[in-house]
Amino acid sequence: MKLLEEKIFKALMLISAFVIIAVIGYILFTIVSKGIGSLTWDMISKGPGGGFYLGKEGGVLNAIVGSFYLVIGAVVIALFLSIPVTMYINFYLTKTSFFAKTVRFSFDILFGIPSIVYGAFGFAVMIYFGLKASLFGGIVVVGMLITPIIMRSLDEVARFIPRDLIEAPLSLGATKYEMIKILLRQLMPGITTAVLLAIGRGIGDAATVLFTAGYTDNIPTSLSHPTATLPLAIFFQLGSPIEEVQNRAYASALILTIIILILSLSARYFSRKLSKNKV
Amino acid sequence: MIRFRLFKDKTARLSMLGITILSLGFLLLIGIGLFYMSLPILREKETWKLLTSSNWKPFKGEFGFLPYIISTLHVTFIAIVIALPFSLLTSIYLTEYASEKIRNFFAPIIDLLSGIPPVIYGVWGTLTIVPFISEDIAPHFVEFSSGYSVLAGGIVLSVMITPLLISIFSEVFGSIPKEMREASLSLGATKWQTVKQIVLRKSLPGIVAAIALAVSRAFGETIAVLMVCGNIPIIPSSIFDACYPLPALIANNYGEMLSIPSYESALMMAAFLLFIIIVIFNASSRLILNRIERRYHV
Repeated sequence: MKLLEEKIFKALMLISAFVIIAVIGYILFTIVSKGIGSLTWDMISKGPGGGFYLGKEGGVLNAIVGSFYLVIGAVVIALFLSIPVTMYINFYLTKTSFFAKTVRFSFDILFGIPSIVYGAFGFAVMIYFGLKASLFGGIVVVGMLITPIIMRSLDEVARFIPRDLIEAPLSLGATKYEMIKILLRQLMPGITTAVLLAIGRGIGDAATVLFTAGYTDNIPTSLSHPTATLPLAIFFQLGSPIEEVQNRAYASALILTIIILILSLSARYFSRKLSKNKV
Repeated sequence: MIRFRLFKDKTARLSMLGITILSLGFLLLIGIGLFYMSLPILREKETWKLLTSSNWKPFKGEFGFLPYIISTLHVTFIAIVIALPFSLLTSIYLTEYASEKIRNFFAPIIDLLSGIPPVIYGVWGTLTIVPFISEDIAPHFVEFSSGYSVLAGGIVLSVMITPLLISIFSEVFGSIPKEMREASLSLGATKWQTVKQIVLRKSLPGIVAAIALAVSRAFGETIAVLMVCGNIPIIPSSIFDACYPLPALIANNYGEMLSIPSYESALMMAAFLLFIIIVIFNASSRLILNRIERRYHV
């Protein structure tokens, strides 16, 4: 009897694991098979031409470049905020410090706040200061979104740095600041993984940039210009009644998926490298 | 020289402390900011009425959030009901039964599932789930459904929260000491009995916390849900009806409402509602998870 129960549940587990693999396969298959037909070289090498939204020539280069500009700026902001915070709570404070716990806790909560709230709040602040939707606004808001992501994964790595590595530079007379510079080198693979994950999250998020970055057919040349982004390009093209434009939405979705795949795989590669480095 | 080094050290420490305090204040800033911006509508109308009225006519100055709140709850509930058994069974399988090889095979898949952007899930949903519902499922139950429905939103969301659930479940199960399992096995219990009586029972708080995190994640999901759930501000009467969750309300209308008084404030209140609910859910589940982590890793 109890062996029968064991068998039933084991079968159920295998089935659900299989279903999950099947679903991801189905998602990738849908995106690839729908998108591949309209994925031409023009799609990734040209911005929208005249009559692009009526199904005429052009591509989504504006959105691809816009997304990368946006996410690179956001990563710079996020690193500038998250590295000092992680270093401070890990190397200046003790393990049991209440302050460190509070910081971790509040970053955990910031991590859970949905992107639409960041987007709406960011835009409200921008209106308050009389700013228009721009690359700059998008960068700041996406930066806010990915700071907790980077901080949490950095913290995860920094927490398990061996004590010896911390004590060795200090015993040689280095100041804490100099010690941190050395430790940062040790943390490099961890930082890379965190950044790659954050880029993936930032590049794919639509709700943050919906109001704050605007949309345009041109590649932005200044921080105050609005910028197109890939998720919004997909979203807007999909809403078109014209079939060719919809097909381009599928092609854009395929482009975004490929970018995400590459990021996800390289993040994995670097995190494996990280575990090899462990002392 | 030494003085300069000490000076550098001190500056670095202070600026790190400054940035840390700054980012601590950020959470408060969002909360206070959103509350402040929703004050105009809160002053104008009774809060309770805003939350329980289903009259949404911005042009007449009527803002009833009930359809949006109900829609959000419906979609989230369906998502959890679908995702929970799959992720629970899969994480038990991965932590208790699967070999190292299978686990290594699964890790990148779960990573990818959580890395796929919402808009891609939305595209997938409109291409597959929506027509499937309108052509194959709904005709058995109701006369007509466009497919853009509560059910479609729930299904797409369930796929999106599955990786989150699996990774937290696996962490929680992994935190149960090996000795407990071995004690049970040595008394003649089967593996499944051990899982059921020891692992699951011991992990119950963690499981609840994981679900709370998934719920708050589902509450805030915007673009994917917006693309598949129809966006009609009525209280859905069946799962095949269209619905209009709170995040979709903000995404569709914010930015275009500046000419109507109190509209902006109403949308800010929607954002504030989301913020508060999510902060409460997140805070309580993080507290539980932190305690679990501390109990076994001293």
